[in-house]
Amino acid sequence: MIRFILSKFLYLIPTFIGITIIAFSFVRILPGDPVLLMAGERGVTPERHAELSAQLGYDQPIVLQYFDFLGRLLQGDMGNSLVTKKPVLDEFLTLFPATVELGLCAIIIATVIGVTVGVFAAIKRGSWFDQISMTLALVGFSMPIFWWGLLLIIFFSGILGWTPVSGRISLLYYFPNVTGFMLIDSLLSGQKGAFTSALSHLILPSLVLATIPLAVIARQTRSAMLEVMGEDYVRTARAKGMPQYRVIGIHALRNAMVPVVTTIGLQIGVLMAGAILTETIFSWPGIGKWMIDSISRRDYPVVQSGLLLIAALVMIVNLLVDLTYGLINPRIRVK
Amino acid sequence: MSETSNLAAPVKLSDAAIRRRMLAEFWFYFSQNRGAVIGLVVFVLLVLTAIFAGIIAPHDPTTQYREALLVPPVWAEGGNAQFLLGTDAVGRDMLSRLIFGAQYSLFIGIVVVSIALVGGIIIGLLAGFFGGWIDNVIMRMMDVILAFPSLLLALVLVAVLGPGLTNAMIAIAIVYQPHFARLTRAAVMSEMKREYVTAARVAGAGNLRLMFKTILPNCLGPLIVQATLSFSSAVLDSAALGFLGMGAQPPSPEWGTMLAEAREFILRAWWVVTFPGLAILISVLAINLMGDGLRDALDPKLKRS
Amino acid sequence: MALLNIKNLTVKFATATGSFTAVDGIDVHVDRGEVLAIVGESGSGKSVSMLAVMGLLPDTATITADEMTYDGRDISDLSATERRHLIGREITMIFQEPVASLNPSFTVGFQIEEVLRLNLGLSRHEARTRALDLFRAVGIPDPETKIDAYPHQMSGGQCQRVMIAIAIASNPRLLIADEPTTALDVTIQKQILDLLMKLQEDFGMALILITHDMGVVAETADRVVVQYQGKKMEEADVLSLFEAPQSPYTRALLSALPEHATGDRLPTVSDFFSQEVAR
Repeated sequence: MIRFILSKFLYLIPTFIGITIIAFSFVRILPGDPVLLMAGERGVTPERHAELSAQLGYDQPIVLQYFDFLGRLLQGDMGNSLVTKKPVLDEFLTLFPATVELGLCAIIIATVIGVTVGVFAAIKRGSWFDQISMTLALVGFSMPIFWWGLLLIIFFSGILGWTPVSGRISLLYYFPNVTGFMLIDSLLSGQKGAFTSALSHLILPSLVLATIPLAVIARQTRSAMLEVMGEDYVRTARAKGMPQYRVIGIHALRNAMVPVVTTIGLQIGVLMAGAILTETIFSWPGIGKWMIDSISRRDYPVVQSGLLLIAALVMIVNLLVDLTYGLINPRIRVK
Repeated sequence: MSETSNLAAPVKLSDAAIRRRMLAEFWFYFSQNRGAVIGLVVFVLLVLTAIFAGIIAPHDPTTQYREALLVPPVWAEGGNAQFLLGTDAVGRDMLSRLIFGAQYSLFIGIVVVSIALVGGIIIGLLAGFFGGWIDNVIMRMMDVILAFPSLLLALVLVAVLGPGLTNAMIAIAIVYQPHFARLTRAAVMSEMKREYVTAARVAGAGNLRLMFKTILPNCLGPLIVQATLSFSSAVLDSAALGFLGMGAQPPSPEWGTMLAEAREFILRAWWVVTFPGLAILISVLAINLMGDGLRDALDPKLKRS
Repeated sequence: MALLNIKNLTVKFATATGSFTAVDGIDVHVDRGEVLAIVGESGSGKSVSMLAVMGLLPDTATITADEMTYDGRDISDLSATERRHLIGREITMIFQEPVASLNPSFTVGFQIEEVLRLNLGLSRHEARTRALDLFRAVGIPDPETKIDAYPHQMSGGQCQRVMIAIAIASNPRLLIADEPTTALDVTIQKQILDLLMKLQEDFGMALILITHDMGVVAETADRVVVQYQGKKMEEADVLSLFEAPQSPYTRALLSALPEHATGDRLPTVSDFFSQEVAR
């Protein structure tokens, strides 16, 4: 098992190096002079410009700059934001929990609803439930979520006035940041209404973010269940006189989950892309909005490191999914 | 199953009769899927709208009617028969902008899929055909591209290249290309083991001829399905880039860009937000419905005997 | 009195090209403690009729019968719960592909203990003890280790033994074995057959053996039903069948046995059929 994990891990190293090269070289060709940007409105004399360039290492040959970048990366130094002057990693870590909270909620919604719908659609194949849910799944799969988010805001915030339009919690509440998850922190604070406020801020963005993964998971679960239910061992379970809930919920579902777990894992990348749009629409202070803002402000170090961190994150999640796949599929585990 | 194996079997496609039978069989399976046929009809309508946009559209998409700002659709209170779907914040006719927007979406889809398809096929063929270290290096590079969330990578690419429609299309095509490369490579590697390839090689076919004339036609099925899916994703992603201000620039009537301009009016004028998104959804849905039908008709594994 | 009695059973499948009749007016009856063999080539509907009894056919199948009784009880329209009390307790079944018939995601122990706990109400501990006993009874070597193995870690023969252990776990009165040895190596086939016969005798249960192998029939059965293209060709006790086959199809089947072959080529059923028709 340890060798299995290790081999998977080693396999990732070349990909990771590739990611650093891409993150590094992209930002090198971004238009705009970082030194001028740092100097801000006042401008800079040519002497001061050269001095700053040397200080930042921009006068070095590009290959040296790359190895310098890689070396500092390995020490956890990702440079400072040109706009806020704070270390990029600190900014990332401050904003990261917001995205995780949003993404986690979305993936939980998508998995719970998606798997349930998929299983029932498969059992009742051809029924009105199957047809309607699979049509809706295709609509969800085709949904421009930035528009979907706006529609939900129009309806729930504009017409019904039920949910707030943006942010993570009402300004009325202030409490210490313990876990970084607003839902948990608001509970810990013990302030009346804080949790409800956090929840009402979270519900629409996570629904929007969950839409596409939900559709994909429902479709995948249905087709996996249909395939598995034709297998000999499901017939055996029936021949053993097992009740329907055990035949479907244990014998069939357990095997159908093998491809579904892979699908859920693959949704993490989709989720990160979705987070960029969702966070922009709902002004959610997370990584996605941070990246968009940094791109439009040409904040080189942030774009560079953000790109790198997100790709590394997706890579690690995919590795974890791979390992889970090994765990839930005994046929792989033994090898 | 015996009939359906035509698609994958090493049949020389020279005979027009065989080709006609394959087409008839394809159409049989495709037309069994009601959703696919609906998708096809909507898509054809969309293409016609795009082609004849200049004739159908009641107004010029960029003309600003200063006396008619944010006019609601004709059926709503305060609507005006001159502007069937209302006007936007600077008095442009929504319907005309939506009609011209179809041109953008289809154009983007075609360009992105063409670039990604051609690039992916060439890269995949090289990797699958030569194998060894060439394969290793190429596929590693594809892995790296796939490690990034596609929209994020496209965003940064556009930021590097400069915002605009052309750059957005190039960026999306680059991000999609590995999927085609992987598919082609896998198909090539499985086809390479078949006897007909060996036979062609023995008969003295050169590498290029082998790659493009012998092997490629037999891997087309999955590529066509992937192309359809990429087409719909391209429409979605380019709209997303437009929405984020990185795609087509105002005053282009691109649907995503229109949404971006409409954002500040969402609580005042629902129509400026609703219609462009609906147009995106319907187009993407139609293409995806077609994609489902194509997959059923082209994938012999799923066919019922 | 017959344990299982079926009269005029017909099974039709709805397919894309119309209705297909897999079983056409078959009568089957089996007495307590009797071994009945149902013989026929693949596609003769011999499995389908038994799957119909078990209620294991897909929804596309339409089952009709004049009579369908088990132990004098009508089983043609049982509710799902009533059927479950019969299937897996009184009537059990084993299948052709033992490895595919066991769930790859669970240990074989889980799959047998599940039956013991749910059908017989044993506790977790009792179920484990009883499962080990059953594994010993069907001749699985080193049952304490094997009970925690997954199906893919065992050979086909061992998997079939597990299936048999599951099938006899609730002391059934009727065991249906659908081509139980076809997917196994020749040397294992004999062992599994011997095991089935021994258990049949020990437990005094009735056994319906579905097979295409006349050799298996000769060794095991009391009575034989020969089926061809969904119809019953012949029914006889095993001795008279082999000595004086009545239907031309049975004669054809018997002539296709290697030990009856004359000349340098093994005859096939269709060879004989064409001869019979020519006569």
